[in-house]
Amino acid sequence: MKAIKKTLRDFLQYPSAIASMVIIFLLLVVSTYTLIVYPYSEAVRLWRGGENVWYNLPRNVPPSWTNWFRSEKLPETIILNSADESASKSIDSIQTGDRIEMAFTYEFDTDIYPQEISLFMKATFKEKSPFASITWETPDGREIRIADFAVATSQTYRFSQDTRLQRRLGGVAPMIGLFAEPGTDPPKPLKGEYTMRVSVVTFEPDTDLDIEFVQYGQVYGLAGTDHLRRDLMVALLWGIPVALSFGLVAALGTTILTMIIAAIGTWYGGWVDEAIQRVTEVNLVLPTLPILIMIGTFYSRSIVLMLGVIILLSIFGGAIKSYRSIFMQVRESPYIEAARAYGASDLRIIMNYLVPRIIPLLIPALVSGIPGFVFLEAGLAVLGLGDPVLPTWGKIIDDAQRNGALYRGYYYWVLEPAVLLMLTGLAFAMLGFALDRVFNPRLRGM
Amino acid sequence: MSEELQALQKSSDTSDLAQKTKSASSSLTRILKYTLVRLVTLFITVVVGVYLTILIANMGGYVDEIRRGEIRESVSLRIMNDPVLKNLPPEVRFERMNEMIRLEEKRYGLDQPFALRSVRYLRNALTLDLGRSQTMSSDSGSRQVRLIILERLPATLVLFATADLILFFSAIFIALFLSRRYGSFWDKLVVTLAPSSSAPGWFYGIFLILIFAALLRVLPFGGMVGVPPPDNTLEYILSMLKHMILPVTAILLSSIASQAFSWRTFFLIYSSEDYVEMAKAKGLTSRDIERRYVLRPTLPNIITNFALLLISLWAGAPIFETVFNWPGLGRVLFQAIGLYDTPVIVASTVLFAYLLAVTVFLLDFLYALVDPRVKIGGQGSSR
Repeated sequence: MKAIKKTLRDFLQYPSAIASMVIIFLLLVVSTYTLIVYPYSEAVRLWRGGENVWYNLPRNVPPSWTNWFRSEKLPETIILNSADESASKSIDSIQTGDRIEMAFTYEFDTDIYPQEISLFMKATFKEKSPFASITWETPDGREIRIADFAVATSQTYRFSQDTRLQRRLGGVAPMIGLFAEPGTDPPKPLKGEYTMRVSVVTFEPDTDLDIEFVQYGQVYGLAGTDHLRRDLMVALLWGIPVALSFGLVAALGTTILTMIIAAIGTWYGGWVDEAIQRVTEVNLVLPTLPILIMIGTFYSRSIVLMLGVIILLSIFGGAIKSYRSIFMQVRESPYIEAARAYGASDLRIIMNYLVPRIIPLLIPALVSGIPGFVFLEAGLAVLGLGDPVLPTWGKIIDDAQRNGALYRGYYYWVLEPAVLLMLTGLAFAMLGFALDRVFNPRLRGM
Repeated sequence: MSEELQALQKSSDTSDLAQKTKSASSSLTRILKYTLVRLVTLFITVVVGVYLTILIANMGGYVDEIRRGEIRESVSLRIMNDPVLKNLPPEVRFERMNEMIRLEEKRYGLDQPFALRSVRYLRNALTLDLGRSQTMSSDSGSRQVRLIILERLPATLVLFATADLILFFSAIFIALFLSRRYGSFWDKLVVTLAPSSSAPGWFYGIFLILIFAALLRVLPFGGMVGVPPPDNTLEYILSMLKHMILPVTAILLSSIASQAFSWRTFFLIYSSEDYVEMAKAKGLTSRDIERRYVLRPTLPNIITNFALLLISLWAGAPIFETVFNWPGLGRVLFQAIGLYDTPVIVASTVLFAYLLAVTVFLLDFLYALVDPRVKIGGQGSSR
């Protein structure tokens, strides 16, 4: 007990250790939160569900908070739906059927035009489709006719693709024409309250229509979106538990197995030891990453298989030699001789007397080993060999690289996962470094 | 600091081989013998490594498929070129073709059990005779896998050799500087920065590309030379140097702090030895002390340490070259993954095994040169 207290006190002397503990703790908290809020199936749906999951998000936009650092604010993404409270909807009965009035009102207060406005319409009717007329009201009271059309059961109307609207606006692109303040050159967007009114005439009883109004902004959410309009937040959050568990399991598996092999080798000596030494030498020449690539390409990219192969390829690593040298010393200790004298079995000696002696060396090695595996997993994903289902940091970087994110200036796309990776890697590396000094006082002066 | 310990332990198993050569008198023959023994051991190691690679590749029958595809291609070519066979009716020709393929497969031993075949594959792989690629071709237009990968080897070697040399010398320089100024601001800085080496080179590469290529637009995003490649040699070299700045910096950033830190630790350990105190008492200049009494005894450790780093750099080449679009061996591997070009993937894996083996051999050779224990017959196995 006293020893633990002393170790803890030594440990707390390192500010980097405290910082890394805080980071690791935060990562753990966030990953627990992630697993609760986005369970596996939900995360997979959000990440791989297809166009109808993320249709109402803008494409390739940075996170909203980047607006704090901009002099010219970028517009947010605004989603209004007549099926819920965000837009008003009233129904009057008239002779031929119903008359449905909808109003979509929102505040526009940025200096840049939105990417696009789309209407996603869902109508229920038997034969005669309802007829909708859409008008646009600007803050200064102008009224612009957008379009009139009969609505199909499921229809999408995109403002920018309507050439007639463009002609009506005097040849200006609709996003500029609708928001520009008249008489400014170059056209400046007019800030204030905009309303889009839709009046629908139905020709059948039981006809209904709901419209989802989406103004695709130039920023979105806390993390931004990628080339497929997916919210990066899902993958960023899910990357934490994936990276942590991958690194931890790989480091744990590798160090413990390596240690046991080293212990067995030194204890039995002779040909067992010799064989382990030779295998270690062969392993040094085996190209780990190309073999992983080969397996990923030929068999399966599942993260579990990769994890298994990585552990398998790393257990005969260079660490065996350092463990072996320590076991060599321990083997000659009197207490081992005593154990042998009372008739302890080989297994008992290895597990109860040899292995515990190396734990002070093992813990720092384990913790310092984690970043390597975290980065290896990300690296595999960067090569396009990430797990096919799970959203991870490496896969975001891979997507970003493939779509020329850096070249096209989508820095957030690369920076977000990279910063998280760096944070995770550094936290474990610093912790391992501090632990090393606590457990190996020989190094402390250095 | 498992790496340091590793380095310290390395001496044990390299020198027990040398122990057997006690009869040799001169140190040169001793080194030669030692080198030869190491060469043979390493060759066996490479053979085992390559054999394992083939086993993994052939678990799904991929190497077999390479061979089958090649036989089919050569047989159909032969039939097309044979005027007698070419004019046969299609069904007869088809039957003839299948018969010929069957015979050829038998000739190549594809009907034999895998254990026998694998030995043949091993021989082929060791001579890099892994057939023809499925879709990729070399820059000179050949489909020979051997040419495709050997053509890319120089690019990889140039990049990593440059980076490694710079890394080696700057790390030694910094480590010496720090050990002289133990406890100073710079020393503390490097100690604090040492954990930053947990991130690999490609990771720093992304940041460097972001800053210097995307934001500042002063250096290229990737590749080895400008487009189109300059005609005269001088401009070509200059363009290549410009393209090398970022990758080399990335490797330096990712490794220098930890290397400088661990070497500085070696130097500190060795400079507290009694004989260094003695030298100081004799009034030798600090330069002489450093060179003769500190650097010299730590050299074997440093070389081992450095070679282990080299091995890890080699191993990371596929990702690193992909990030920098460097047309080397790793990039070939990446392209081959994208095209599912099995022969190229297997062959590059084998070539990587060779590269690692060569690195290990060079390490052993240098080790023999600088470690006196090898020269005098090796009593240092007690560690």
